[in-house]
Amino acid sequence: MTQPPDRGSLRQLLGHKAWRTTVHYLSMILLAVLLFGAILLISGKDPIQSYKEILTSTLGSAYGLSEVLVAMIPMLLTALAVALPSRVGLINVGGEGQLYIGAAFATWAALTFPNLPAPVLLPLMALLGMVGGALWAVVPGYLKAIGLVNETITTLLLNPVAPKLIGFLIFGFWHAAMDTDKTSKFVPAARLPTFLGTRIHLGLGIAIVLLVLYWVVMKYTRWGLEMRAIWQNPQAARRNGIPLKPYLIVMMCIGGAIAGLAGMAQVSGFYGVLLLNFSTGLGFMGFLICWLAGGDPLGILLMSFVVSVIMTGGNLLQLTRDLPYAAINILLALTLFVVLARPTLIRGERA
Amino acid sequence: MSLLSIVGVLSSAIFSGTSLLYVTLGEVIGERAGIVNLGLEGVMLVSAATGVAVTAETGNPFLGVLAAALAGGSMNMVLGYLVIHRQANQLASGLALMFFGFGLSALIGGPYVGAKIHALPRILLPGLASLPRLYASLFSFDPLIYLVLPAAILTWWLLFRTRWGLGLRAVGENADIAYASGRNPRLIRYQALFVGGVFAGVGAAQLSIAYAMTWTEYMTAGRGFIAVALVIFSRWHPLRAVAGALLFSGAVAFQLLLQSSGVRISPFLLDTIPYLLTLGVLILWGGTRRQSAPASLGRVYQGTE
Repeated sequence: MTQPPDRGSLRQLLGHKAWRTTVHYLSMILLAVLLFGAILLISGKDPIQSYKEILTSTLGSAYGLSEVLVAMIPMLLTALAVALPSRVGLINVGGEGQLYIGAAFATWAALTFPNLPAPVLLPLMALLGMVGGALWAVVPGYLKAIGLVNETITTLLLNPVAPKLIGFLIFGFWHAAMDTDKTSKFVPAARLPTFLGTRIHLGLGIAIVLLVLYWVVMKYTRWGLEMRAIWQNPQAARRNGIPLKPYLIVMMCIGGAIAGLAGMAQVSGFYGVLLLNFSTGLGFMGFLICWLAGGDPLGILLMSFVVSVIMTGGNLLQLTRDLPYAAINILLALTLFVVLARPTLIRGERA
Repeated sequence: MSLLSIVGVLSSAIFSGTSLLYVTLGEVIGERAGIVNLGLEGVMLVSAATGVAVTAETGNPFLGVLAAALAGGSMNMVLGYLVIHRQANQLASGLALMFFGFGLSALIGGPYVGAKIHALPRILLPGLASLPRLYASLFSFDPLIYLVLPAAILTWWLLFRTRWGLGLRAVGENADIAYASGRNPRLIRYQALFVGGVFAGVGAAQLSIAYAMTWTEYMTAGRGFIAVALVIFSRWHPLRAVAGALLFSGAVAFQLLLQSSGVRISPFLLDTIPYLLTLGVLILWGGTRRQSAPASLGRVYQGTE
């Protein structure tokens, strides 16, 4: 440990620390970029050209930027699905499963009522998606609230069950005439409207509104205050008359509902069909984004953006560089590693 | 239904259960030292791809298994650096490791998609040499299958009968007290993660080199998460993990049997049984001391400077 600083040099030291932190951060991000560059080089690709393409293809054109925004939509929602329960100390690792169930519920409405007009059908699908996600979260929430089983374990266990149920529904009942692994295309009324000829759909607006709502509720309402109390000390909060159990169950369900909404947005806004295994880790990605952002709404927005740039860039990279698409996960993971291993200076007092 | 098809089903259940048991044993070791690894899926994928790549290049499947084991150990060292050294959150680090594994395995395995490799040799169960050839092929298993039960016993012995295991479990229960009694929690956790990664690597090798005999992207299909569930199911005990793996392969076998006998139950629904059963068991045990999770599982060891 360092010596306690003199009074006069305290500010100097702070400045010194902040500077070191910045350098540390930048050098580690550079490390992630270099490491992936080396990997590209080993597999016979030109790293500089690849990076240039990732950047120009995503941030360099209106179309690329719109694709980044499209990719952000489910991430914002699944991150929120983790952030809300985390405010009362709940760890929701079940976004993946909740997303699938939400998508299934919304699909049921789309397939059952194809003749309803969009202003009725879309809200119905969104509502059902939220109900589905909430149902998938209520058991873990309840078991946690009565102190029986830890919610981390239960949400994790329920994740792999959800896509299998979807498989059951698609193969058994919902598959299209020619396909066995997806439903028929949704009617136009069951599709979230898109904007400006891009694939950006209404889900983006919904996600942003929910993000702002989250910030307002946490900062300015009695609920936010009570949740902070529970977060700091659940038992003290309970003795002060805050209804602990209802909070735990309700927050878990709200988290599940938002993840379910993400599923609805994916099938209604993005795909237009329900596909088998359509989400490769979106729920887990939301967990990571929320964790790295510390549950902060602005941080969630920022992290989702960064992750989306990488993923979208990788998508285009595959077309032009004949790398396996999954390879972009390396750059993503390296970036995540860097942020996870961030200098302890940022988090607090420990050097 | 013929005897042959029943035997065939049991044989394939053994193949699919073995890789899972190896991975579960590795995760038991890691969690006993207090570290939960949600990145097992990624660790397995990288090991499976490395195993196939090395086998294809050298033509020697045993070298492939060795490479897969080392790859698993190295992947877990990445997690170790994050959660032990940098004190990052274990769940988030594990998930990041999973995405890392998705990418790295696709890159390593990419050139070998569809490649034919020398699979591990299969050895007929001793004493069955007089069986007709059709049956004999169903009773021939690769060496890793024969080694999995000894591996479970070895894990049990390491954890419960050696000083190293005692220290490892002490670190998992309370790292500070373990430190006070002269152990090095960080070192022990690194060791536990490495051994756990080696186990996961061997399990993945069994999957890719012995069973599937090829590499396909995402070929582990959720086994990493099943292993995490089975660790809980077996209450962090290597011998009960055998029962957990049996349960899982039993469910697979049951499903295949039903299908071959013409009963129409969706395989998707049967696939959910192991998870729901684990959940049910957790609820039954909940609130009692029988749950016996390592007390400091998932906690960061701050150290005492």
